[in-house]
Amino acid sequence: MRTPPRRLILGAATLAALGGLAFACRTADTSGGALVGDASSKVYVPPGKHDEFYAFLSGGYNGQIGIYGLPSGRLLKFASVFSQNPETGYGYNEETKPMLQTSYGFIPWDDLHHPELSQTNGVPDGRWLFANGVNTPRVARFDLSTMETTEILEIPNTAGQHASAFTTPDTKYIVAATRFSIPTPNADVPIESYRQNFRGTLTFISADDPGRMDIAFQILMPGYNFDLGHAGKAVSDGWFFFSTYNTEQAYTKLELNASQNDKDFVAAVNYRLAEQCVAQGKAHVAAGTYFHNVLDEKSHQARSERKSGTKMLAPSDCPGVVYLLPTPKSPHGVDVDPTGEYIVAGGKLATVIPVHSFSKLQKAIADKQFDGDVQGIPILKYSATLAGEVQKPGLGPLHTEFDGKGNAYTSMFISSEIVKWKLGTWEVLDRMPVYYSVGHLMIPGGDSKQPWGKYLVAMNKITKDRYLPTGPELSQSAQLIDISGDKMKMLLDFPTIGEPHYAQALPASLIEGKQLKFYRLSENAHPNVTKAESEGGITRTGKTVHVKMAAIRSHFAPDNIEGVQVGDTVLFHVTNIEQDWDIVHGFAVLGAENAELTIAPGATRTLRWVPKATGVYPFYCTDFCSALHQEMSGYVRVSPAGSSVALSANISPKAATQMARLKEVPKAESHGGSH
Amino acid sequence: MSKTSRILIVAASLLLLGVFVFPLWSVHLTAPQYPEGIGMTIHVNTVKGLTEFDLGKINSLNHYIGMKAIEPDAIPELRIMPWIVAALVAGGLLVAALGRRRLLYVWFGSFAALGVAGLVDFWKWEYEYGHDLSPDAIIQIPGMTYQPPLIGSKALLNFNASSWPALGGVLAGIAFALAVAAVILTVRAARARRAVPSRAAGDVASMPDALPAGLGS
Repeated sequence: MRTPPRRLILGAATLAALGGLAFACRTADTSGGALVGDASSKVYVPPGKHDEFYAFLSGGYNGQIGIYGLPSGRLLKFASVFSQNPETGYGYNEETKPMLQTSYGFIPWDDLHHPELSQTNGVPDGRWLFANGVNTPRVARFDLSTMETTEILEIPNTAGQHASAFTTPDTKYIVAATRFSIPTPNADVPIESYRQNFRGTLTFISADDPGRMDIAFQILMPGYNFDLGHAGKAVSDGWFFFSTYNTEQAYTKLELNASQNDKDFVAAVNYRLAEQCVAQGKAHVAAGTYFHNVLDEKSHQARSERKSGTKMLAPSDCPGVVYLLPTPKSPHGVDVDPTGEYIVAGGKLATVIPVHSFSKLQKAIADKQFDGDVQGIPILKYSATLAGEVQKPGLGPLHTEFDGKGNAYTSMFISSEIVKWKLGTWEVLDRMPVYYSVGHLMIPGGDSKQPWGKYLVAMNKITKDRYLPTGPELSQSAQLIDISGDKMKMLLDFPTIGEPHYAQALPASLIEGKQLKFYRLSENAHPNVTKAESEGGITRTGKTVHVKMAAIRSHFAPDNIEGVQVGDTVLFHVTNIEQDWDIVHGFAVLGAENAELTIAPGATRTLRWVPKATGVYPFYCTDFCSALHQEMSGYVRVSPAGSSVALSANISPKAATQMARLKEVPKAESHGGSH
Repeated sequence: MSKTSRILIVAASLLLLGVFVFPLWSVHLTAPQYPEGIGMTIHVNTVKGLTEFDLGKINSLNHYIGMKAIEPDAIPELRIMPWIVAALVAGGLLVAALGRRRLLYVWFGSFAALGVAGLVDFWKWEYEYGHDLSPDAIIQIPGMTYQPPLIGSKALLNFNASSWPALGGVLAGIAFALAVAAVILTVRAARARRAVPSRAAGDVASMPDALPAGLGS
């Protein structure tokens, strides 16, 4: 195998340049006091005031979503999506365990890459956020009024689902695509039979009906690595664009072997034509089992459904459904400008940023400007679809977002900078060094038809010395840049957790007013709900003991439990019967092998507990709920198997007194609820 | 009775109907933990939270100081009050229809007595809720009671309680003011008649200079 020494030299030169830039900027920072003061006033959100934007940053390998306020960079919440979270009990409690079920079993973790806001007419509408899990391919729906994951769909016949979860302008479909091609259907074959047996798929998920996500159809593609995607919009509405790399179809030492071709492809998919072909029965049914998990807001429980079989469309059976646009070199991002005319590819090893034109693409197809085909998929001539190239943009272009004013902003991983350039003239207008090695960048609405082009967030992969060091493992580093003027202005560094890949943001006014404050207890349809303190109790079914318990400031009812025996499985069904904003209760019991529960007002959560030895075990509220939070506790007595201790769930004298004073409360609430 | 007096009495009676639609009184509570505030309104026939959950929130908080739960069904006055108000409205309309001076005085006397009784009763309930605290209350501060004010604001531990008449109460107050005006006019007319016996009662009301300032127009 040949090793080009040229590349090594390039790498060394890059590192040197990076160091030089960093040094140059430090010097500028220290001398720019007035500038710094200006920047601090732009990101200062006074105590008690709210940020202008909600930003949703991917948590990467923590499998969560980080919700931040912009421009302050304040962390508001980490929300569980693909990973168990002991802090909330997500994926540990009985209600949400089904959310993490897959055809591979219970998978407690995933690598969350690309958040995507739902859109109406090409503009973020504040209904949902979608996100993909790369490792065990999944797509999640995240509700923007409860800030909870409400639905997860597994994607069959794919692996390393990277080009996801991008939406069509009407949220009819969310896409998913293969990064690591595999035998499709998966089979025990030699890895060296890659070319013959390995395939990628492009999956279109019907997404506009909450609770009913499903695989609409899949398109069987050559065994390339599909990296990212974005839908066409406006003039290019009805098309979807995916970037590819490893068109070499290497299966070993990809670093080298997948970097040989001068050009890989952007795959342009006419998904309206695909719909027609599928409707005409041109797709075949492919094997492949997958899980669909839905959290029901009324019963507070998730349910899993196992499904199998998808409609698989081969491009050769639906001519015109896919075209391949040669694109230099190992393109990563593929981004469509707000007008829908320009398709920008970030060729991470390219020396230019190539931009394809949708109108030229249409003309090239009409004129049959083909340059061969791959498995029946026509390859178009590079010059026939090219609108222009941004010359000398920097090194390692990855992703591009738009400000809605005719400008594009591209992240440069190797030269560690954001480059602003002009659509149509392809001239570089400005550069902003970022620290260090930016991956994704995000402008609120910057991938939509209507960017709110005021800020840009650079999500940097390397942190180094940006903050007080914290041992070998550091947070990641994001930077906020003002893009409202001709020149970019650096405003703020803020640390981010996990590894933010993509992010989305929208004006706070779109979702702030519809945030749920608590669940209505009167509508709680959990089978083991306790709606009033007097309704708590204990029952035994064989070796399983169900404890129904109410949590309200500042006690559990019941709080003394006896009759549990070694060998029993105890299920604590705890209902937070508060109907007040931000009065959350927690529940933890000594020796629990899973996690705690946190229970939102009006919700019910269940903790499974298997005591292994006799004794008395305390349980307590973990969320500092009130002045008497420390008193919010109780005991479970565990007796030997076969013991004659009667099953009982007593109300303590203290709780009984409180109950006597409060006995009309649930009635009063239901009275209030009838108005 | 003059035409003006009769009109005033009809207007007072109709305004009183407003208490069937709008709350009489409003109690509003704020605390560091409740920047958005919670509160309740007292209606002619019930007590309601400002939102459907507020009464539950207030009762939940009050259990710390050992206050009894506020339960509208346990307050018998709320069952009687609508009938009392209805009787006042009917009585007012009857007085206006008959135009009998003595009946007006009886009606006005009832109105005034019932109004005072209502406020005293409201104060008494506030007193009882504020003072009848559980002996084993969680928070016990010697000498501290939790009676909200009848009118105005008062600090109760971390809460600031404000109590003011609501729209229904204001309408009832205006109704009472109109009744007072009707009584004053009638009394003056009666005096005038006694002073100049030859004049007909109806003429007095048509003489603007015989009316107190502001009521003539």
